[in-house]
Amino acid sequence: MKISIPFLLLAFCFSINANAQIDPLLLKVEPKDTTQKSLNMDAVYNRPFITVGKLPVSLGGYVEVNWQHLGTDGVSDGHQFQFRRMTLFVASTISKRIKFLSEIEFEPAEKEIAIEFAAIDMEFHPLINLRSGIILNPIGAFNQNHDGPKWEFTDRPISATQMLPATWSNAGFGLYGKHYNKNWMFGYELYLSGGFDNSIIDNQQNKTYLPASKQNPERFEEIASGIPLFTGKIALRHSKIAEIGLSYMGGVYNKWQDDGIVIDEKRRLDVFAIDFNTTIPKSNTFITAEWAWVAVDVPNKYTEQYGSEQMGGFIDIVQPILKRNIFGWKDAVINIAFRTEYVDWNVGKFTSSNTNIGEDVWSIMPAISFRPNSLTVLRLNYRYLQQTDILGNIPSKTGGFSFGISSYF
Amino acid sequence: MGIKSKLIVIIITSISLVQACSKFEPITPAEDEILDGPVEGLSFGQNRQFLAGDVAFNGEVFTSQTGLGSVFVATSCVSCHAGDGKGTPFTTLTRFGQIDSTGNQFLHLGGPQLQNRALPGFTPEQIPAGATFSKFTPPANTGLGFIELVSDEDILAMSDPIDANNDGISGVPNYAYLPTFVQPFQNAIPQNGKYIHRFGKKASAYNLLHQTVNAYNQDIGITSTFNPKDVYSGNNIDPEVSDLTVHNVVFYLQTLKAPIQRNRNDAEVQQGKNIFTQIKCASCHIPSLKTGFSSVESLSYKTFFPYTDLLLHDMGNSLDDGYTEGSAKTFEWRTPPLWGLGLSPNSQGGQYFLMHDGRAKSIEEAIMLHGGEGLQSKNNFALLSQSEKNALIKFLKSL
Repeated sequence: MKISIPFLLLAFCFSINANAQIDPLLLKVEPKDTTQKSLNMDAVYNRPFITVGKLPVSLGGYVEVNWQHLGTDGVSDGHQFQFRRMTLFVASTISKRIKFLSEIEFEPAEKEIAIEFAAIDMEFHPLINLRSGIILNPIGAFNQNHDGPKWEFTDRPISATQMLPATWSNAGFGLYGKHYNKNWMFGYELYLSGGFDNSIIDNQQNKTYLPASKQNPERFEEIASGIPLFTGKIALRHSKIAEIGLSYMGGVYNKWQDDGIVIDEKRRLDVFAIDFNTTIPKSNTFITAEWAWVAVDVPNKYTEQYGSEQMGGFIDIVQPILKRNIFGWKDAVINIAFRTEYVDWNVGKFTSSNTNIGEDVWSIMPAISFRPNSLTVLRLNYRYLQQTDILGNIPSKTGGFSFGISSYF
Repeated sequence: MGIKSKLIVIIITSISLVQACSKFEPITPAEDEILDGPVEGLSFGQNRQFLAGDVAFNGEVFTSQTGLGSVFVATSCVSCHAGDGKGTPFTTLTRFGQIDSTGNQFLHLGGPQLQNRALPGFTPEQIPAGATFSKFTPPANTGLGFIELVSDEDILAMSDPIDANNDGISGVPNYAYLPTFVQPFQNAIPQNGKYIHRFGKKASAYNLLHQTVNAYNQDIGITSTFNPKDVYSGNNIDPEVSDLTVHNVVFYLQTLKAPIQRNRNDAEVQQGKNIFTQIKCASCHIPSLKTGFSSVESLSYKTFFPYTDLLLHDMGNSLDDGYTEGSAKTFEWRTPPLWGLGLSPNSQGGQYFLMHDGRAKSIEEAIMLHGGEGLQSKNNFALLSQSEKNALIKFLKSL
């Protein structure tokens, strides 16, 4: 949800004024609750916060800044500095079993200010919690677990941000819950929310592009189809083995009636995703992966430029190679990491020639990261990416380095 | 190695990588392996206009919000001309109309072009009863600025309507009326109020402005001040593309470089070139033409090598689709330029889709589809030894 810049400036001025009167000693970092077992779905709460005195509000956030030098087929725009985003968290425990958490993102800094998450959670039972507000649809894993400092890469996964529309949030209601049994954990989430619109098959990207709906400022007030988007996820974790999540998101996406007059057929969108993460005990190797399938009802008299099927995913492997005091940072960690990712934007064949529709991209990203503490990461990446056009012509090749810092604050 | 040493190594390595970052980026393809890019010698200002046209041509995607359709063939210029090369069946367009030069009798029913796609909720056009039709695969864009500058005098000098030299080749220009927004060239040689057209499969477009305005309108359903008629409703509506953008795209097309021949000194290529002339391919696919004056110095008074005569030729019954435009007969087709032929697969998904409708899947198949005035050359080709055929095709692929 977009909010006005004057409002934020006003709030910022108040916060400066307020801070000027606060003894820094009163600022207290709220430690993460490590006694609670967590699933990927807990990511929104699994963040560092600080509290101010006895204020019932906790604050936090993170920032991401990058340098990159990329070239495509020998053409480069040279050195680029990018302030990718800054995010502010505000959380409040209203009562023991009623919590509020919000996430406001400036992305990039000068262009867009959006509420990515702002929900009230009410616990009736560990298995039955009501969440209402602007929720992050639990499709795949990345959408709910997208904080920059958690990742070893300067760029977010293509499949999670361009095929799936992370971060993808909507106004809605839903239930979630968790159940523990020794080493096992089970969690579920079920939401009804606002959703997509015609722009997913009618956009400047010239391909089926779910994130196009994020540009619709009305989506927090009005569902284009008038029919809620359903998102559901189940996750299972064994604390010594792995976590696996299965998720689904679907519904009618298009505006099929306007002012009571039918103007089109109802067309569905269905998304399935599977996500997985584990840490191999002996080597401490962390592996996270996600794969998703998108099916969109595209009118057969429209254009194959907009695909009716998409699929893609990524896998990240992170290997700590050094953990010790470095330059005075206690337990600093150096990791090497590797990401490989692939998206086929348009699965299928041309009806006119029965030849394969191209429009795919794959990329590899070796990386090295330095974590002076658990909240901050410095990362150097190299990306090599090949992208094929819809006709399957010789792919364009992109490569280059990026360096970035991301930190919670 | 101690921790400090390791860190120093990592830091030095990282800095070295960053310093040499461009060395780790994909290299530029050889200039003769790509079709896009401007002609050499443009001024800074001309480069800027070229880039503005490039953005409009290759970057602008039309949507329902920006004027697409409501019926259309493609959503952008680049959809049909990837890398400024030839298109594929995916964006092959269909023209419908009549069998003679009396003009298109189906304009009130959506002619001359079938918009075979429609926005959700709308219905695409259908070919009306009684109309004949033909399918046209999008051509390459490169070097069009040179072709635009060939004088009518030179085109007429290549024509031979009555086959006076008795070589079996009788190319004729396509004469047609100009739309109101097109100004004739200063050195134009009209005939009964009609002008020599030169672009398109039937040579039915006069110049690149004519071609560009038609493509916006008929291919994408985009109106302009030049052609304000909405292809869906038939009504004149507000322009959906600015005059500036149209002119930038025209300039982009005018200043795209000509394809560069590869391996021209290869012995087999040289042999193939000689065979090309010997079997009379060069009678229609004339190797070199010259431009007249242009305010763009890089285009002015240049000799270039398109392998076309810009004339219409009888190509025989098998290529007669029963549809025509302007003064062309249904069996007549404008000689397509052969330059860039070897790079066609780079824009056609790694395959060939040749001839006017992409029916030929190889150069050899395309040659064998020649009839009418091209029949003798086809027969000559069929009589070549395999090594001679290979040499000819290698030459054609070098273009």
